[in-house]
Amino acid sequence: MKPMTFIATAVSALAIGSAAFAADSITVVSWGGAYTKSQVEAYHKPFVSKTGINIVSEDYNGGLAEVKAQVEAGNVTWDIVDLELSDAVRGCDEGLFEVIDPSVLPPGADGTPAEDDFIEGTITECGIGTIVWSTIFAYDTSKMDSGPTTIADFFDLEKFPGKRGIRKSPKANLEMALMADGVPAGEVYEVLSSPEGVDRAFAKLDTIKDSVVWWEAGAQPPQLLADGEVAMTTAYNGRIFNAFAAEEKPFNIVWDGQVWDLDLWAIPKGTPNKEAALKFMLFSTETEQLAAQASWISYGPARKSSSPLVAAYNSKPDLKMAPHMPTAPENFENALQNDFEFWADNQDELNERFNAWLAQ
Amino acid sequence: MADITAPGPRRSLTEAPQRSAETSGPLLAADGTPLRRKLRQALFVSRMRAMGLATPLVLFVLLAFVFPIFVLLWQAVYNDTFEDGMPRTTELLAEWDAISDPDEAMYAAVITDLIEARDRERALPTKVGARVNREKSGSLSLFKKTNRRAQRLEAPFKEAMVDLDKKWGDIEYWRAMKVASQSVSPAFVASALDLHYTADGTFEWEDPKRQIHLKLFLRTLEISLIVTLATIALGYPVAYLLATLPARVSNLLLILVLLPFWTSILVRTTSWIAMLQSQGVMNDIFVWIGITADDQRFSMIYNKLGTLIAMTHILLPFMILPLYSVMKTIPPSYVRAAKSLGATNWTAFWRIYAPQTVPGIGAGAILVFILAIGYYITPALVGGQDGVMISNIIDDHMRKSLNYSLAAALGLVLLVFVLFLYWLYDRIVGIDNMKLG
Repeated sequence: MKPMTFIATAVSALAIGSAAFAADSITVVSWGGAYTKSQVEAYHKPFVSKTGINIVSEDYNGGLAEVKAQVEAGNVTWDIVDLELSDAVRGCDEGLFEVIDPSVLPPGADGTPAEDDFIEGTITECGIGTIVWSTIFAYDTSKMDSGPTTIADFFDLEKFPGKRGIRKSPKANLEMALMADGVPAGEVYEVLSSPEGVDRAFAKLDTIKDSVVWWEAGAQPPQLLADGEVAMTTAYNGRIFNAFAAEEKPFNIVWDGQVWDLDLWAIPKGTPNKEAALKFMLFSTETEQLAAQASWISYGPARKSSSPLVAAYNSKPDLKMAPHMPTAPENFENALQNDFEFWADNQDELNERFNAWLAQ
Repeated sequence: MADITAPGPRRSLTEAPQRSAETSGPLLAADGTPLRRKLRQALFVSRMRAMGLATPLVLFVLLAFVFPIFVLLWQAVYNDTFEDGMPRTTELLAEWDAISDPDEAMYAAVITDLIEARDRERALPTKVGARVNREKSGSLSLFKKTNRRAQRLEAPFKEAMVDLDKKWGDIEYWRAMKVASQSVSPAFVASALDLHYTADGTFEWEDPKRQIHLKLFLRTLEISLIVTLATIALGYPVAYLLATLPARVSNLLLILVLLPFWTSILVRTTSWIAMLQSQGVMNDIFVWIGITADDQRFSMIYNKLGTLIAMTHILLPFMILPLYSVMKTIPPSYVRAAKSLGATNWTAFWRIYAPQTVPGIGAGAILVFILAIGYYITPALVGGQDGVMISNIIDDHMRKSLNYSLAAALGLVLLVFVLFLYWLYDRIVGIDNMKLG
């Protein structure tokens, strides 16, 4: 064999080899901790046994930085990513994700077509919704006899002294501050659109600023509560539920003033494993898988047809999931949906303002 | 030697080659070439060989260090997102005086550009909108909305666009576009200095509620200085012990200095969290011995104090090691001689020993200071709200706001600042005076 032909053959053999290897395994990126565990149990394990495609699970802390870096460098190693709605929309707008044709989504288990089965707003151009989650606040019942009941109590240091845990980001915090200051959920973004409204939100945050412990990863707040570092903390509701259900911590969630949001799957543009990633996306958003996930963590499934299938926590048949969902009627009375359009427009300015406020 | 330079039949050495060429021909090597050329050839070959050996490193430094830095710094002053996506609008904006109402041609150009941009790359109009949004919040949704309807709009565009969204009638959005349309622009560097670059080409202070960078630069300087002084105060006696104790003991001590040095920064920082948090080891001890009440535990972490403590600990070896290597070379006989001449312990130390350790202090201080000024992971973990530094904001813009240009501009300011301090150090102490080992 001539040297050149040999090299050409070797290279193409390598290429075929790596292509075959690529399809054998996909990298699924999510938020870690109890949430990733729920996905591993409900999506990954059945997917692997059904298709034989392996899954490498990676954790991240949200945001688009890694995806942007990978797509712009043309070296995409993440095949499918779990994103907040605002990031999914923004990333789609910036061309970071593959566009998904919604007609490929299978109908619900009860036969409802996908576009009617998915809760409104959970199918976007690039992302397919999996769960409804919520930012709530929680406290330790063993340390507080008569606990807080409203979002205003979270900002009331006199009635409920002690440190507060808050996510280090303006998102959800400004909204909660305004609701605590008496703004009805429906008017929050209207108020926040004016400079006076922003001032008002920051003024409310100012009242507790000296008592705040800031957190960044979703696993931190339950830890802060368990360690007694804070008297109450904002958190993702599923994390608190997990501490309560799996670790038997005496935590209680206050649903008043919750800010709810969606998580979606999106496929970074240019991944070599697009087909397998799409297969995983479709499989995991089927009725059964979404329902199965809800038995591991208290996030509401994005398909309506999944709700009736959700019954009890996986290891405790007595622990019904329904009352722990953000969308349960009694929890949903004073709830606000995170407005991704508002944040797309204002996050640069509000982040800057928030950072400046922190540094003061 | 006077006879050599004196005129006469014996020529000066420096003039020898030319003059002798006239008279008796050049000095020749064995193969007949002039000796001078032969020597130059030999030197050239050996120099090339040396350079050949150094080439991989030089290339590596160029490719992996100098080049990326320049690319990054270039981004601080160059961002052509707008010009690239909207060429016609850019041209018209350049001619516009930024005061009068934009005319129909400008409105029409925006629509033509948006339609063309979308045909080229689906996400391009949004990227342009995101760029303008950095100058004026609300521009992103304006661009997205207009982009969606661009095909359906009809002339006169001014009316149609103001109808679609009244923001198009607001001159502030046009002024923001004018700033964004300048590809080479000081806007980001200005923003890194809490200034706002306006469409008129002037600078004004950022809204005080959003000013943050200057404050953080100052805090970074303050934290770095305190950490440097603290490492000198703590490291000096340790280095002295290491240098003067018998080798067996000092080697053991040296391992104690190096052991944490070999441990991951992350591990060391998180151990400080375990030590200092309000339910942590230190506070438990304080409560136990009665320094403080159980419900009034000290806040020693997630603030500036936590950053200072953890950073001082982590950077301590960078002070101790240069100090130690310098102290090791100071002969103990000097201090003995001073004492035998009647100096007290203090005088002997202060007048004889300490001045000889200055090169070590200089080296350690500049190492610690420059490492500290760019410190990132420790303040991110234990800084809380008042212990974060400028690098944390840079990180924020790289990872969260995705504003690479502003991150680059902040990096540029930091780099200039460090170079200035380096220059200052050279003027005051002298860089030659530094000794690393």
